[in-house]
Amino acid sequence: MSASVEAVTTERLDSATPVHDEETREWLRDLRSSGTAHDAAVRRLHVLLLRAARFEVSRRRAVMPHLRGDALDDIANEAADDALVSILARLDDFRGASRFTTWAYKFALLEAAVKMRKRAWQQREVPLEAETWDVIPSGVLEPADEAEQSELLGRVRHAMETALTAHQRRVLVALALNEVPIDVLAERLGTTRGALYKTLHDARRKLRAALEEGDAWTTA
Amino acid sequence: MDDRVKRELGRLLGPAEPEIGCDECFDQLDRYVEAELERQPADELFPGLRAHLAGCPTCAEEHESLRALLETEEIR
Repeated sequence: MSASVEAVTTERLDSATPVHDEETREWLRDLRSSGTAHDAAVRRLHVLLLRAARFEVSRRRAVMPHLRGDALDDIANEAADDALVSILARLDDFRGASRFTTWAYKFALLEAAVKMRKRAWQQREVPLEAETWDVIPSGVLEPADEAEQSELLGRVRHAMETALTAHQRRVLVALALNEVPIDVLAERLGTTRGALYKTLHDARRKLRAALEEGDAWTTA
Repeated sequence: MDDRVKRELGRLLGPAEPEIGCDECFDQLDRYVEAELERQPADELFPGLRAHLAGCPTCAEEHESLRALLETEEIR
């Protein structure tokens, strides 16, 4: 997927020498072997992934109270299956800087989280209209503070309208204000999570710059 | 500034410091969480990851889940 949104030094990561613990070495040896040792390792790995997927589904089940236990377990099983495929395809990418099980868990958690978010937003409209956004004050401030806040919100609104492209505004409003999950929005817009975060990052950078520029004018 | 406005502006403006993207975050997450749990200086070892978690609620959720799962395993 995409490169870093900003240049961040990773020299310390690259210089790290992988040190495999005994359990990790066994996993890699068995998964890279053939025959019964390989098949047994794949079955063991699936058990591990299913446990992680069930853990994630259980953490998120409150957002979908209408789903029954067997439907939730289907999601966990699908997540474990998909995670297994990803892991076996990316086994050579594993550098051994973490325990193998930690590395494997993140795939199962990701697959389960993506499926749960997708189900949660399945019947929901994804708000994409940039024109409908607003930051709504709760009206609890003293009049002087209220006036200052209104002035700031006015400048934010102006910066949103003038400094951003329509696409940047739409993405920023959906992700930051309407709290649409980034993978759900990426799927609706036919793009990737990495590309969408880059758009969000650029929009935020332009917005901050426009506000700082405004500050410079008012304090000059 | 009232709390709701502060929260929404925080989400709009995101982290000001350099950050990595979602893909790099996923790539480094296992090592980052292990470093956190081993009380190593995770934020120094993985520059830009903490800022990304502050700006990306979806990656932040995945970080919390992995950390919680490993903590559960440690208790066993």
